Amino acid sequence: MARARSGPGPAAPPGEVSGYDRRGRNLAAGVLLGLGTVAFLDEAVFHQLLHWHHFYDRSTTAVGLVSDGLFHAFSWFATVAGFFLVAALHRERAFWAGAFASGWLTGAGFFQLYDGLVQHKLMGLHQIRYGVDLLPYDLVWNAIAALLLLAGIVGWVLTGRARAAARRSGASPARRAG
Amino acid sequence: MHGHGGPGGGPAGTGAVLSGGEWAVAAVLAAAVLAYGAGVVAVWVRGTDWPAGRLALWTCGWLCAGAALLGPVAERAHRDFAAHMAGHVLLGMLAPLLLVLAAPVTLALRALPRPSARALARLLASRAAAVPTHPLTAAVLSVGGLWALYPGGLYAAASSGPWGHAAVHAHVLASGYLFAFAVLGGPDPAPHRPSPPWRAAVLVAAIAAHNVLAKTVYAVPPPGVDPERARAGAEVMYYGGAPVEIALIVLLCAAWLGPRPAPAARPGQAGGRGAPARRGPSALTPGRDRRPAARSAGRTGGGR
Repeated sequence: MARARSGPGPAAPPGEVSGYDRRGRNLAAGVLLGLGTVAFLDEAVFHQLLHWHHFYDRSTTAVGLVSDGLFHAFSWFATVAGFFLVAALHRERAFWAGAFASGWLTGAGFFQLYDGLVQHKLMGLHQIRYGVDLLPYDLVWNAIAALLLLAGIVGWVLTGRARAAARRSGASPARRAG
Repeated sequence: MHGHGGPGGGPAGTGAVLSGGEWAVAAVLAAAVLAYGAGVVAVWVRGTDWPAGRLALWTCGWLCAGAALLGPVAERAHRDFAAHMAGHVLLGMLAPLLLVLAAPVTLALRALPRPSARALARLLASRAAAVPTHPLTAAVLSVGGLWALYPGGLYAAASSGPWGHAAVHAHVLASGYLFAFAVLGGPDPAPHRPSPPWRAAVLVAAIAAHNVLAKTVYAVPPPGVDPERARAGAEVMYYGGAPVEIALIVLLCAAWLGPRPAPAARPGQAGGRGAPARRGPSALTPGRDRRPAARSAGRTGGGR
């Protein structure tokens, strides 16, 4: 991403975008927006609409506060950066829906699984809900996360093959997958 | 600063009458706006264009600072921690961002007489300027200052005397300015600016530290603050600060990842800097085409 802008910019022809991997940029944009979307849904739906989580949870540890704060900050950053990347890809006619969707699913699934397993269970920072039997909530939460992640990984592999095939035949991968 | 220890105390201090300290603050704010206005006039007289939007940003920035220091928010801030935090968001976050976007240094480089402009440009490029304008230094000064202020207990100490009060306000505004400038790396020339990923990392870390501090204030009220009011203040700090934080992220990403004009478009443009197509939002977007902007700003300032 850092080198994403070293090329001549939007004038670059579609297909070969200034010498760096368009699949990589589409995946990166997807991962960032996937992270941001799940973080946003988590915050907006569970925190603000359902009130399942709270502004400050008395059981929250110092580690929990730091990890929460860091993730909140990063998810906002990921959302904004993801939107800008998508906008740039569209402008350069380098947007590749398949690669973007793979990245999105991977990012969303990874974050939700990380949240459900590491933050909820391993570190015990907070739970999905309080005062109820947690098992069905945990199962649904983590199963959805695992499915998203799996779908993302499948897409990741498929777009990799599409790119490899396109390289062999000398065509642009986006034309096929668009 | 607000004369809360002065004669009359409460009711006499309200209304249109300002105390001595408040007159001083009002004079500083007015002088800052007038000085910028004078700079714009000087630039116009030389026949160079200066975006009117930047004058508006500068004025709004000082109005925000004034709202935090003089208005009803400031008056309530002594009793109400939530109002105090609203003042913090205005003075330490929103006002600095608006002032940075007004590009006062670029204006000074263009408006000042040639020797002074050259001296200023040299100062900006000097090694000494690299330290305070580094995002890490600026983040420690601004967010670290807040940690010293609230959990560190400095808040109670500083709010006891007018000079301590004034010093805290000045530090909050100045460090906020430094932070916004260091993270955005513009629109003023920033020769020592680190790469965008570094600035983004510092920004994310600083936002996280700000969020963690807000929740810490919620959980553990600062010394001398009523717990109920501390919680209200923490929520103001967290949710009130968020729009400014998101604006910083958007501005950083726009300059970093956003579309850029084709390189060929620049030299062909008659009538100075900036393509007309970029006039709208881009007048507010710092850090675009970084090196050329920094160089041309310095050159214009020194050479005109």
